[in-house]
Amino acid sequence: MGGPGARPVVRAAQFVLAHVPGLVLSGSKPRRELARDGDVRGRVCERLRSCEDATAYPPHQVMLGTIPPAALDAIPRPWHLHPMPAARPEGPAGVLIDDVTFYGWLARGDAARLVRLHEAFAPRVAGLLHGARVATAGDDEWARALREGAEPFYYDRDRPAGFVLPGHDQDESLSGAVLLENLAAKVTGALALRRLVERSGAAEPIEFLIGSGEEAVGDRYQRGGGNLAKAMGELAGVTTVGGVDVKAFCAGPLHALLLAGSLVASGMYRRVAVVAGCSLAKLGMKMLGHLAAGYPILEDVLAGVAIDVACDDGRSPLLRLDMAAVQRIDVGSAPHRVLDALAAAPLRSRDLRLVDVDRFAVELHNPDITEPAGSGNVPAQNYQLLAALAATAGEITRDQMPGFIREHGMPGFSPTQGHIASAVPYLPHAIAALREGAAKRVQFIAKGSLFLGRMTAMGDGASFVLESQAS
Amino acid sequence: MVDLKDKLVLALGERDGVPAPALQACVESAGGQVIYAETQCFV
Repeated sequence: MGGPGARPVVRAAQFVLAHVPGLVLSGSKPRRELARDGDVRGRVCERLRSCEDATAYPPHQVMLGTIPPAALDAIPRPWHLHPMPAARPEGPAGVLIDDVTFYGWLARGDAARLVRLHEAFAPRVAGLLHGARVATAGDDEWARALREGAEPFYYDRDRPAGFVLPGHDQDESLSGAVLLENLAAKVTGALALRRLVERSGAAEPIEFLIGSGEEAVGDRYQRGGGNLAKAMGELAGVTTVGGVDVKAFCAGPLHALLLAGSLVASGMYRRVAVVAGCSLAKLGMKMLGHLAAGYPILEDVLAGVAIDVACDDGRSPLLRLDMAAVQRIDVGSAPHRVLDALAAAPLRSRDLRLVDVDRFAVELHNPDITEPAGSGNVPAQNYQLLAALAATAGEITRDQMPGFIREHGMPGFSPTQGHIASAVPYLPHAIAALREGAAKRVQFIAKGSLFLGRMTAMGDGASFVLESQAS
Repeated sequence: MVDLKDKLVLALGERDGVPAPALQACVESAGGQVIYAETQCFV
């Protein structure tokens, strides 16, 4: 720690997808629908996917890096009708784990000893605990615990796997449901970090962690105290580091990457990892649309990410801090003004235009998830506005807008896991293309919905450019 | 084309479309009055 600054590069990004069909009904929307209509349980359980189906799902294979986003253009939608043959749960950009593996890690990550495994399920994870001691519970204790506020989790759709006890009987911030949500974020972020470290070879050690998820870790006196980053580092075995959390709704990871790059550029650290865990609350968020359309429940995976930011190694893409932007308070909310501030203005400052960017990574939510629920095609909406900005600036004509979108955009493919979907899913693909020289410049643009917290009506955003060093 | 002058308006915006504050600015510039404004985020 501490030395001459260096140009920061983004070396790698790794994703973890945890397939947890038994947790879909614990998502926020399913939970509320279940309270209103008990029949929802049966209808949802009928449509839960197997792990094999989730693995072969083309958008998940894009997340794992085995196929590029553009490959989805050649696959008819809805994509779940066209599973990838011989699909593997691992790729250059990540791994998909099943629910049993995930629950094993949940038990390993349970620092407060509040997780109990159902005695019938416990043997399935015994080999995964690596010395962690976890108490078990039979049917009677299961029933009593749930009556008293424990939050259950299930495997194989609806078979009891375990529960999380409340951390305190007079603290809503330590309810069983909140603790399960936070543990899930901790585990998915830690697994992504572990994978990042394992695959980085003999690189220098990580010196700092920046958490960037949307969970709220705390208790009744400090509901959002945070620093889940350090808990992730502890579980991942990355212990010679400090950490901090950055909170900015879905724009969190991009803000965190700008800060990570700045820390490297300043010389304070040589290598910083940005981490983010999942959003358990968003499981099954669009399920009513999927049930109505006859789809399987597509929001059945939890996602975590870890991103490696380090000193210039001469080959990884440069994180151009001089072509970065954050959405200032005074920019207002008009979409074209916001996008100009985030996309066009940083490029103009370096005498570049929007057409000089090979690819834009925006909100990359899978449209097969959002459209059946009436939420539209979010990436397409964002690319449409980018193209309109380019046309308004005279870089292209109005007729050229569809071509601009095809050439500089991509289909959405990310699970609707909030901050995870905001531009970062394209990082592994961008890094590969920029290293090889197949692309010169990729701009990442993320938005954050600050207004949801009711403290402001503002939105937020952040952006940066990754630039190739290939000659 | 709707004339918004002196109309009372509920402004329901969307993060990836047009947010509520921008809708409100448009309505007020046309002489209307926004009595409720909220931005939704669908993802």
